Amino acid sequence: MHYIPNVLFAILLIAGFVFFINNFKKIVRNIKLGRPLNRSDRKGERWKNMAWVAVGQSKMTRRPFPAILHLIVYAGFIIINLEFLEIIIDGLLGTHRVFSFAGELYNFLIGSFEILAVLVLISVVIFWIRRMIIRIPRFWNKEMTRWPKNDALNILYFEMVLMSLFLIMNAADFNLQNLGAEHYVKAGSYPISQYIATLLPSNTDTLILLERGTWWLHVIGIFIFLNYLYYSKHLHILSAFPNTFFANLDEVGKLNNLESVTTEVKMMMDPSIDPFAAPAEGEEMEMPDKFGASDVFDLNWVQLMNAYTCTECGRCTSVCPANQTGKELSPRAIMMKTRDRLEEIGKNIDKNGAFKEDGKQLLNDYIKPEELWACTTCNACVIECPVQIDPLSIIIDMRRFLVMEQSAAPTELNMMMTNIENNGAPWQYNQLDRANWRNED
Amino acid sequence: MNAPTMAELATEGKKADILFFVGCAGSYDARAIKITKAFVKILNKAKVNFAILGAEETCSGDPAKRAGNEMLFQMQALMNIEIFNMYEVKKIVTASPHAYNTIKNEYPQLGGKYEVLHHTQFIDELIQEGKLEISGESFKGKRISFHDPCYLGRANNEYKAPRKVLKQLDITLVEADNNRSKATCCGAGGAQMFKDAEKGDREVFEKRTEEMLEVNPQIIATACEFCNTMLTDGVKMQDKESEIEVLDIAEIIAKDL
Repeated sequence: MHYIPNVLFAILLIAGFVFFINNFKKIVRNIKLGRPLNRSDRKGERWKNMAWVAVGQSKMTRRPFPAILHLIVYAGFIIINLEFLEIIIDGLLGTHRVFSFAGELYNFLIGSFEILAVLVLISVVIFWIRRMIIRIPRFWNKEMTRWPKNDALNILYFEMVLMSLFLIMNAADFNLQNLGAEHYVKAGSYPISQYIATLLPSNTDTLILLERGTWWLHVIGIFIFLNYLYYSKHLHILSAFPNTFFANLDEVGKLNNLESVTTEVKMMMDPSIDPFAAPAEGEEMEMPDKFGASDVFDLNWVQLMNAYTCTECGRCTSVCPANQTGKELSPRAIMMKTRDRLEEIGKNIDKNGAFKEDGKQLLNDYIKPEELWACTTCNACVIECPVQIDPLSIIIDMRRFLVMEQSAAPTELNMMMTNIENNGAPWQYNQLDRANWRNED
Repeated sequence: MNAPTMAELATEGKKADILFFVGCAGSYDARAIKITKAFVKILNKAKVNFAILGAEETCSGDPAKRAGNEMLFQMQALMNIEIFNMYEVKKIVTASPHAYNTIKNEYPQLGGKYEVLHHTQFIDELIQEGKLEISGESFKGKRISFHDPCYLGRANNEYKAPRKVLKQLDITLVEADNNRSKATCCGAGGAQMFKDAEKGDREVFEKRTEEMLEVNPQIIATACEFCNTMLTDGVKMQDKESEIEVLDIAEIIAKDL
């Protein structure tokens, strides 16, 4: 009987991680549905970029106030979770505050966790106020439908509950230590919870019930949180790291060149190449089945990872000139729709073993051409994203499909392109007149 | 005005150090031609040994690429690269941030590797090297606000050169709230220049013009022909064209020479 809590804890621990790993594998599988893209180059620069952008949150500083709040929650999350290690050991062995032998250091740590917990609590409350009372517009764009809105709030409530549980647990512990209750070694310092402690009952049994109750809820809460990530925009706390590591390191103005197109264009331009010639040995002629992207399978894996990393903060959309002037385009919605479609395909695979054609695709069913054509390719969204997501690359890939596979560009653009093709300029002027400006005065 | 073509120089057995890539707007558009001429005036004044391509130049391919027509882009790019290489071009300067971006970033993979400069960078270089003397007189005391082009600023991280050039003048440089990497687009990029905007509340250029006018400039300085067109329209829409000029940095500097 004595071991029941330990066994229960072990089961919870294993279940929590197994469930998490299972979902994590699904995400990796879904991301791998994307086309290959080599981002294994420039390792040193990549580590540096990740350290700077993900660990150091350098891009958050573009908006200083939320950056400070976010930094507190982030630091709190990481540092307070040091205590999780102690919780795991205590839970498995039935010990209490197993690290307390560290003495002064332990006291210092527990003390700083408490202060951080309060700061996190305050930050999260301010976040809630920004979202619900001040109603900052980027939290209320039209793609912020019920689930995205609730998801964001769920996380805030979760943080509030976890931090409160942590402080109440410490307060009960503090009282129990002072009462000299058995098992409750005198350890830790409680700069915050000692005040909460005065509000608690003084009965030892009630206190133990409270301490154990909050301890278990805290533990269960952490496991729920861990497994909630998979369903949530909050996944960025993990994916921000690979996402910045594999981010584009070049100038954002540089779009990729489709190599498959280069082969074709060179063939068109060089009459000496025999289009029917067999490819040279060892050199495989790879003809893509299509140009551009109409579904998530046509995007590369980094773009799909981007979709899983998007935390729906809406900074991109808030700076998008098209969105600011009432156009249908929202870079955040591009990322959310890409993720929704990818999730749909993931579920399809779960159900059928392999993807079964569902008659849907990212283009039209999720992202409308009207959104794609509103983009000015200004890169504001790309620069603004705190985790280096590139919505523009998806927009361009989908435009490529519309233009090269379907000839479905807006009429004026078709005219522009015809002009370039015929006379090397987007307007109908004679190429021979290109230097005529020299003759005018 | 002295702006020979590479071909003209070749017949004289001469070679240029620098190619001035004029671009389509700079070649044909009446307003942009003024910018081209202003820049040529600067090049002449600084005695730069440059040439243009004239009829041998073709579109950089930027609007085609950004409209999604990779095929057409690469055709244009490869044609330009062939011509560039034929004249053994090493260094290219252009007044179009779009051509600048495309040639600098997207041509290398197709075999075209050159040193590419935006005209504001080149003017800055000429000033630093003492090849261009600026009196600073013509715009004395004026309030000038600079609009960062997306393809110079965000796309290529160049915010300093245009400002350094403007600061050579005896002016007050005022910054719109959204400046540098936060500068709002003029609305013309990504091939929008050539089409009507999608359905919305208003035009992007209206919004950007308003932002620029908030700091009460007497002159809005641009560094892109498309931005110039858009903001000129924006200023007209506000009936402010008699009070506020929209000028390219090349025009501002050329006036001061």
